[in-house]
Amino acid sequence: MSNPATLRYATSHEWVKLDGDVATVGVTKFAVEQLTEPTFLELKKVGLTVKPGDEIGIIESVKSTSSIYAPVAGQVVEVNAAAVNDLAKVNDDPFGSGWMLKIQLAPGATLDHLLTAAQYDAQIAGH
Amino acid sequence: MAELLRTPLHGWHVANKARMVPFAGWEMPVQYAGIIPEHTAVRTGCGLFDVSHMGRLEFPGTDARPLLEEVFTNSVSTMKNGQVRYGLVCRDDGGILDDVLVYRWGAGEFSMVVNGSNREKIAAWLKTQAGKLGNGSGAIDHTFDTCLIAVQGPKAVELVSGLFGTDVSDLKYYFARITTYRGEWCMVSRTGYTGEDGFEVSVANKLAAPLWEELIGRGAVACGLGARDTLRLEAAMPLYGHELNEQTDPISAGLGWAVKFDKEFVGRNALQNLPPGRPLRVGLELEGKRAAREGSEVFADGSQVGTVTSGSFVPHLQKSIAMAYLPRAFATPGTEVLIDLRGTKVPAKVVLLPFYKRSK
Repeated sequence: MSNPATLRYATSHEWVKLDGDVATVGVTKFAVEQLTEPTFLELKKVGLTVKPGDEIGIIESVKSTSSIYAPVAGQVVEVNAAAVNDLAKVNDDPFGSGWMLKIQLAPGATLDHLLTAAQYDAQIAGH
Repeated sequence: MAELLRTPLHGWHVANKARMVPFAGWEMPVQYAGIIPEHTAVRTGCGLFDVSHMGRLEFPGTDARPLLEEVFTNSVSTMKNGQVRYGLVCRDDGGILDDVLVYRWGAGEFSMVVNGSNREKIAAWLKTQAGKLGNGSGAIDHTFDTCLIAVQGPKAVELVSGLFGTDVSDLKYYFARITTYRGEWCMVSRTGYTGEDGFEVSVANKLAAPLWEELIGRGAVACGLGARDTLRLEAAMPLYGHELNEQTDPISAGLGWAVKFDKEFVGRNALQNLPPGRPLRVGLELEGKRAAREGSEVFADGSQVGTVTSGSFVPHLQKSIAMAYLPRAFATPGTEVLIDLRGTKVPAKVVLLPFYKRSK
């Protein structure tokens, strides 16, 4: 599996990378492949306060519409407009330039509830 | 759940990294490289589809014309040898049991292609109607004897050149011919479900992979059911289970051209006396790139007036389009409506169908 070991994962296929108290969030390569080529991406705005499971965006493909959920609690501090405007970034580089939002963790919030790469690999195995 | 059926090309699909999905009881490829490149290949070059899940019914040893005239909304008696005709099979109340193609091969000699999901239902219906008419015993299901491959796109004629025992480039639209492939039986029809020129080719199961690979070798692109769906949506072709079902009728579906009232058929009386105010199938073009999906609610004048039956962002037109059933008052092209996409009401307008028509 190609899921980076340095990231943590939500069962709903978002990944999280923590730098200090800011979590960068995107969707996994597996999710993008399942969705098929994205045709539309809409993300919530900077300033929104979220808790795990809140909708932070919508991603569409030719075949389907899927919600993107906040994997952590905090406040949206940055949105990747480049990815919204160029979905090839999400399609071709979901763990890199295709990142979606940055969320500043709420006081006391952690990533402990999220899956490790090995656990996420196990979740998607068999597909 | 019953085991999924597999077409003779199943091994090729899996070996070539197709994403396989259950469809109409079969395990079918939904896409290989991606829906967008596959869709584009059909609009600009040539795409190949394994449509072996489509039901193939034959009527051996009997003059099938009286039975077909009874069950089929379009005219059978006026068909020429080798002609193919689209029409509906309806219930007594006009509800659509299936949309099908009827092929005439000779006086009294016919075959029928039905939707994969309706194969058993239609075979049973034909048996019942044949019993009522005292006309043979219905149809024999030959679906599993052959494969069916659709070769679709502006380059389809060029691509099949020299492939068959007889030339097929002169085959007229909605005509079919029995010929040979590698010396064996082969049926080629100038038909399709993509809005492009092209053929549907049937060969024995053992020749399915050789024919498929030969076409790939000539430059055809393998396409899955995903692209087939976006292509037929752009061409505004109805899909059974979406635009058509037993609660819809051919007239409201915009298929009145395939219903001939100058003959008797099951459902004729009901279709001639449809209650007024039945909603009509319309095309919708949405603002922006978000897609409407089956079930999305359509609003006008502050209340729900209809429901989307199919919708997608389509690769060739680069637009978000949909089909829906709307009351006549809202069915005029130019009418502005709102479509609820997960709580956001997106503006859309009614447009003439088809969305896409190929240049001749």
